[in-house]
Amino acid sequence: MSILGATAGELVKRLDRGDVTSIDVTTAYLEAIAAADGKVNAFLHVNRDKALEQARAIDEKRRRGQCVGALGGLPVAIKDVICTQGEPTTCGSRMLERFVPPYDAHVISRLREADAVLIGRTNMDEFAMGSSTENSAYKTTSNPWDLTRTPGGSSGGSAAAVAACMAPLALGSDTGGSIRQPAGFCGVVGMKPTYGRVSRYGLVAYASSLDQIGPFANDVGGAALLLETIAGHDHRDSTSVAAAVPEYSRTVEEPLTGLRIGIAKEHFVSGLDQQVEAAIRNALEVYRSLGAEIKEVSLPHSKYAVAVYYIVAPSEASSNLARYDGVHYGHRAAHFDNMIDMYCASRAEGFGAEVKRRIMLGTYALSAGYYDAYYLKALKVRRLIRNDFDAAFREVDVIASPVAPTPAFKIGELVNDPLAMYLSDIYTISANLAGLPGISIPAGFSQTNLPIGLQLLAPPFEEERLLRAARMFERETDWHRRRPASAPG
Amino acid sequence: MAAQLTPADVLKVAKLARLKLSDAEVGDYTAKLGGILAYVDSLGEVNTDEIEPMVHAVELSNVFRTDEATPSLPREAALSNAPKTDGQFFLVPQILDAE
Repeated sequence: MSILGATAGELVKRLDRGDVTSIDVTTAYLEAIAAADGKVNAFLHVNRDKALEQARAIDEKRRRGQCVGALGGLPVAIKDVICTQGEPTTCGSRMLERFVPPYDAHVISRLREADAVLIGRTNMDEFAMGSSTENSAYKTTSNPWDLTRTPGGSSGGSAAAVAACMAPLALGSDTGGSIRQPAGFCGVVGMKPTYGRVSRYGLVAYASSLDQIGPFANDVGGAALLLETIAGHDHRDSTSVAAAVPEYSRTVEEPLTGLRIGIAKEHFVSGLDQQVEAAIRNALEVYRSLGAEIKEVSLPHSKYAVAVYYIVAPSEASSNLARYDGVHYGHRAAHFDNMIDMYCASRAEGFGAEVKRRIMLGTYALSAGYYDAYYLKALKVRRLIRNDFDAAFREVDVIASPVAPTPAFKIGELVNDPLAMYLSDIYTISANLAGLPGISIPAGFSQTNLPIGLQLLAPPFEEERLLRAARMFERETDWHRRRPASAPG
Repeated sequence: MAAQLTPADVLKVAKLARLKLSDAEVGDYTAKLGGILAYVDSLGEVNTDEIEPMVHAVELSNVFRTDEATPSLPREAALSNAPKTDGQFFLVPQILDAE
């Protein structure tokens, strides 16, 4: 089988056996990027020489009989929000156009230890704020299945790179659905781990109580392998949790017996596209045929999740993004009257419209006279959302839902209607507020050949259950094997 | 909860957020932020009496570590991305009158 059609697990085996070298694999993906990325625009930065240099060093290690890490020379694409020493890390923003981090994020250190090849930096909505990757200051990424449509966002570049066979694995970050929604739109596997499962050290902060790094892959096994590589405690992130990390890539093939799947009646309401609903109902039938029990559960506060999110996330963002002041790093305006004016002008020039909108919203929600009415109120409803899940998970093992209410929307379709754009995250946002792990897996196609994603959620730190449940479905279906016509073959 | 958002409110928030806005942006934010706030007002329907706010998904209390000096970023690396330095410090515009 060709390199580009293979899964991460297959490639690692072939690398280990010596059937292919890291140079072969890395070269194949670099050529795929050269062939397809002119149309897809998934990457912001690809350093061909540096990628090949890493591949050569790993091949050399293997030739000398030295111990090689779990990824053994496999390329991984990185969302441009994760600090990588010596590589540009722009966050899709003019503010950080010339920013080169002096250190590696924890997940990057882990990838280097695992002998991954860092193949390139992927496009994203500016500072991870958006659901379409249209908020990038640099380029608009296309959905590989239909170049007139968005790949979703904010990790749209990573999702499109994996969908178009330009990388077997990629990292993204998910604050309100930014891994799962683009994975759904692009027909790949994407996973948001439990809050605290993966260190955020070196992840440029958007909303610190919600942000989490996670994997993209072209099958569930690849997501298990990449999660296993990056998960675990790191003393540099005090919110990372010191819980043992299961061997996801080993247990993923073991089906779950007696699986109880919850469906929330609140998820199947108006606004849900009929073809999406049909795909999810079909997926539930697949699970039923595997012996799973489908039970209805209730998440009565889920309809408030988007409203809670658009108070909590912008509030945290307004605080986090205060660091861009034109002093320590980032853009400084050329013309200003005084110190305060220097801040205001630098931030006005460096940030794009959506980032400014969220800073404004958060600043308003935290300002004197509004804090109780907005921020505190949102935090209380956040707890009710979490309580709903705690109650539901006493009845079921996982909760199944659509990833998004519709398949991928057109580029430009929602760009002037922020609220409509926010509502495309209606199924994903609750997991961030509650801190739960979630996975998006390919579950069908629309009549116009656009991927449809199935989301599974589990209780905190049950990623292993989630991956095994996802793999049970994947084994019975071939949705994940389909590739878009735009992908190099 | 929210009264109608006015351009004056937007300008006040922009000042707090240290953002210089164009006239067009003030108009745009007045309309669009107003729309988002109207949507968020739906939270007012929810009874949250006796509910503790949830600030974090993993509610850890204090996380302690031993207080040991470890190597930190070298000065040169720390200054490497700064718009203006003298090689030792970050430089900012003058903030006191030169007298």
